[in-house]
Amino acid sequence: MLECRKMIALVTRNTKCYFKDKFTFFMSLITPLILLILFVTFLKNVYVDSFNKISEEFGIEIAPRVLNGITGAWLMSSILSVSSVTVAFCSNIIMIEDKMNSTINDFNISPVKSTTISISYFISNFFVTFLVIITVMLIGHIYLAAVGWYISVGDAFMIIVDCICGILFGTLLAGIVESFISTQGGASAVSTLVSSMYGFICGAYMPLSQFSEGLKNVLAILPGTYGVGIMRNHYMNGYVNEIVKNITEPEKAEAMIKGIKDAFDANLYAFGNRIPLGAMYGILLGTCAALIAAYVVIVIMKSKKKK
Amino acid sequence: MIIKIDNLKKSFKDVNAVNDVSFKVKEGELFSFLGVNGAGKSTTINIISGVLKKDSGKVQVCGYDIDENPNGIKSKIGIVFQNSVLDKKLNAYENLKYRANLYGIFGSAFKSRLEEMTELLDLKDILKRPLIKLSGGQKRRIDIARALIHNPELLILDEPTTGLDPKTRITVWSVIEKLRKNNGLTVFLTTHYMEEAADSDYVVIIDSGKIAAEGTPHDLKNNYASDFIKMYNHREEAEKYFSSLGYTVINKRDFTEIELTSTAQTAQFFKEKPQLFEDFEVLKGNMDNVFLKVTGKDLHGG
Repeated sequence: MLECRKMIALVTRNTKCYFKDKFTFFMSLITPLILLILFVTFLKNVYVDSFNKISEEFGIEIAPRVLNGITGAWLMSSILSVSSVTVAFCSNIIMIEDKMNSTINDFNISPVKSTTISISYFISNFFVTFLVIITVMLIGHIYLAAVGWYISVGDAFMIIVDCICGILFGTLLAGIVESFISTQGGASAVSTLVSSMYGFICGAYMPLSQFSEGLKNVLAILPGTYGVGIMRNHYMNGYVNEIVKNITEPEKAEAMIKGIKDAFDANLYAFGNRIPLGAMYGILLGTCAALIAAYVVIVIMKSKKKK
Repeated sequence: MIIKIDNLKKSFKDVNAVNDVSFKVKEGELFSFLGVNGAGKSTTINIISGVLKKDSGKVQVCGYDIDENPNGIKSKIGIVFQNSVLDKKLNAYENLKYRANLYGIFGSAFKSRLEEMTELLDLKDILKRPLIKLSGGQKRRIDIARALIHNPELLILDEPTTGLDPKTRITVWSVIEKLRKNNGLTVFLTTHYMEEAADSDYVVIIDSGKIAAEGTPHDLKNNYASDFIKMYNHREEAEKYFSSLGYTVINKRDFTEIELTSTAQTAQFFKEKPQLFEDFEVLKGNMDNVFLKVTGKDLHGG
C-alpha cells in the first residue's frame, strides 16, 4: 500500500514535469496535427479518387459529405494509430532526462523499489500519451463533424478503446527501447527513426493493398499493422454503411463493403488469409502482454545489475 | 559508529575505483573525505547510499548492514549531490513534497516537516518559485532541505559548495553548522576546498582508490605539512641566514618565505638572530599543503 502511494507520487511528479515543459507538450501535440493538415492538403484527393473509382465500379454515387468524411476518417485512423506510438516515444523524455540529470540517483537513494520507479515512468507516459492522443482525436473529430460525421456511438467508443490499445503498445515499446538510452542524442535519434519509419511499416501512410504481396506478408507479421487495422474498422464502419444503405441487392452491398475495406485496410490479410477483427485485437493485445513480460524482465535485470 | 566500512572494494572493468578501503565515522562528527576527481570518493558514497553494489567488503551505516537492509540505510541518510538533481521545472514545494512522499511522508506529516525545514533554512519566500528561477545559494538550500526532509541521522555532502560564490558558501556552511549544533547531525563531507576540511573532526584522504592518509586536521598538518616563516623586512639577510642553514627560501614580491621542518625551531632563530625578526609571520602548514604532500606523485602514500 505504501509502495503504491509512492508510485502515485512518482507518476504525478513525472506527469507534472512533462506538462510544465510547454514546448515538449506543444511539440507532441503539434506533430500529429501537422500530419492531419498535410494529409488533408496533399493526400486527401488521392484517397477521394480511390473511393470514386470503387463507387464507379459498383455504379454508386457517394454523397460529398460521406466522401469527405470517410477520407478524413481514414486519415484520422492513420494519424491516431501512428501517433499512439510516436508520441509515446517523445513523451518518455522524462525518463531519459532523469538519467541525463542524475535525478534517477536521487530516487535510487530513497527507500523506493526500482521496479516502482520504472513502472511509474510507464504509467505516466501512458497517461501523457493518452491526453495528447485524445486531444488530437477531439480536434480531428471536430474536423470530421464539419466535413461529414457518420460514426456511430458504439464505434466512437471503440475508437477510444483502440486508442488505448495503441497507446499501451506504443508506451510499452517506448519504455523498452528507451530504457537503454541515457542521452539526449540517443533519444532524438530513436524518436526521429520511429517517427519517420513507423507510419510506413504499419501501413498507416499508404494502404497495404497498394504494396506487393511479399511486402504485405512481411508487414502482416508486425503487430502495429493490426493497431491500424482495428482503428480503420471503427472509423470506416459508419461511412461504409452509409454508402451501401441504398443498394438493394445484399450481394452487391457486401461486395462493395469488401471492396472498400480491402482497398483501405479495414480488412487485413496475412499470407492470403483474412484476419478477423477479434484476431487483430488478439494479436495486438498478445503483443502487449509479451512486451509487458519483456519490460518486467528488463526492469528486474536492471535493478539486479546496478553495477 | 554511524559508518563502519571494512575492506571495501569496487572495480569497473580494469579500474580499481575503491581498493580495500576501511574507515569509521563517529556519531555527530564532521567527517571529510578528500580526494581528486576519480580518486574513489563518489564511488564510495554511491555504495554507502545503495546506488552502486560493492564487489566485496563490509558496509554498515546507522547500525544497518547494506547487504541485509539497504532500505533501512536509505531512510537514515540524506545526500546533497554536487550538482542539484531536483526537478528544475517544478517549484521548491513540489520538489520537496514528491521527495518526501518517497520516504512515506504524506499529508500533515509532510506539512509539519516542511514547516521545520522552512524555518531552519529560511525557505518561505522561495517555496513556490520554480527551481530554475532560483539563485545558486537558494537552490542549495532547497537541496539541503530535500536531503533533510525525512530527518536523517547522517547527511552526506558531495562537494556541496563547488561552483558557489564565497558569500553563498558561507551561507551554506552556516546552515550546516546550525544543523550540527542543534540537531547533532553527523556530516560526511567531500570537498575540493581544503579550508572546509580544516574544520572537520576527522579527515580521510583517498587517492587512486586507496586511503593515502587519515587523522584529525591537526595530526595531518603535523605529519604532512611544513610550517613557514614569512619575513617582511631584512629579507636579504634572512635569505643568507636561512640558506646557510640549508632551508628552502623563496622570494616573493612582498616577503621571503622559509619552509621549516618544525615550528619549534623558530624560537632558536629568535635567539640567534633577533635583529631579523622585526616584521614577520609564523604560519602553520594548512590542509592544502597536507593534500599536496599526500597525493603528490613523489610523496605518494607519505
